[in-house]
Amino acid sequence: MKIAIPIDENKEDTTICMSFGRVPYFMFIDTESGLVEFIKNDAAESQGGAGIKAAQIIVDHQANILLTPRCGENAAEVIQAAGIKVYRTNGNSVKENIAALKEEKLTLLEEFHAGFHGHGNH
Amino acid sequence: MNIAVLSGKGGTGKTLVSVNLAAAAENAVYLDCDVEEPNGYLFFAPEKIIQKNISIQLPVIDRNRCTVCRKCVEFCNYNALACIAGRIILFEEVCHSCGGCRIVCPENAITEEEKVIGHIESGVSKNVKVKTGILNIGETSGIPIIQEILKENEEDQRIRIIDCPPGSACSVMESIRDADYCILVAEPTLFGVHNLNLVYELVSKFSKPHGVVINKCLEGENPAEQFCIDKKIKILGKIPFHQEIGMMNSKGMILVREKESYRNYFINLLNEVTEIRN
Ligand code: SF4
Ligand code: SF4
Repeated sequence: MKIAIPIDENKEDTTICMSFGRVPYFMFIDTESGLVEFIKNDAAESQGGAGIKAAQIIVDHQANILLTPRCGENAAEVIQAAGIKVYRTNGNSVKENIAALKEEKLTLLEEFHAGFHGHGNH
Repeated sequence: MNIAVLSGKGGTGKTLVSVNLAAAAENAVYLDCDVEEPNGYLFFAPEKIIQKNISIQLPVIDRNRCTVCRKCVEFCNYNALACIAGRIILFEEVCHSCGGCRIVCPENAITEEEKVIGHIESGVSKNVKVKTGILNIGETSGIPIIQEILKENEEDQRIRIIDCPPGSACSVMESIRDADYCILVAEPTLFGVHNLNLVYELVSKFSKPHGVVINKCLEGENPAEQFCIDKKIKILGKIPFHQEIGMMNSKGMILVREKESYRNYFINLLNEVTEIRN
């Protein structure tokens, strides 16, 4: 199982980022092998549609689960179409949230905020 | 001359001011850019309506031709395309109709399709030419409609009153792009100050000459007025909270066309704005 998490810094004792589309990095954790990967989020600088591009990164890295405090509608559409489950994080600790996930204490994220339509600088 | 009328939220009297300014002018064009909720036409009840559909071009992907090379996904600056489970999907509301993906596709798998997103109604109401932009329900961006309303330059030197969408989003920026003067309509409350500040910051950012009309004024404290004094913003006028105004407005009557005193008030307001500019 591969878990994706938006994080503030590219190191293991980092915190979970409040933003999804414009988060600086993603952490991918493979629970079977224990391998951890840090991936820079190229979507962070994009003009619009950052959520869609960030979601594409999650999909392309073949994550099975996404842990995030929030997520936009468009990103959610991409992620769910790829069969990835989205859970709402609780607090900003990476470790605690992974433990909570394993203990089945996290709930599915079901509310997705509306996008900004990518017309921000138009 | 283009005069844009803005407010931080709906219901402040933006349409009241726009409609009456246009009606007070000898010869004006009233452009309703509040495409999600246009209501100026309810006052003007324009005649000889001509309707024009506004559409955008959207890419359509032929799945039989697409090899999922992802060139289009990588190309799209707005991230309107995604690739999931071996299929390319389009996020219509994010697409800016630039046509680029069609050009980069090596398989000629992308064509374009017209999609009607709304329309413009043009008509006349006595001395005023009325143009109303109407965005279809479910569409997210009215910008193509606003651009079209503002594009057609009127043949004569009429005063153009632009009734902007409420708020300070990109559709408002588009509406004030060519404005020579911006009138900010505010309510005299603390909440009104918050909304006023939104549009004040916007017009300042675009360095547009501007002034404020405070609507629904009562005796006593007036935080919006104080805000203008503190920020040295020109107060163009105050409209009292008056039963008669409220009644006429709710019946869709145009104050200027009903009563001499209102007529003079808005003529003066218009003169002030046009003089500031000259
Ligand atoms: S038309 Fe332009 S904005 Fe729309 S999907 Fe294609 S490349 Fe992206
Ligand atoms: S560029 Fe053309 S062939 Fe390649 S993924 Fe896009 S639509 Fe398919």
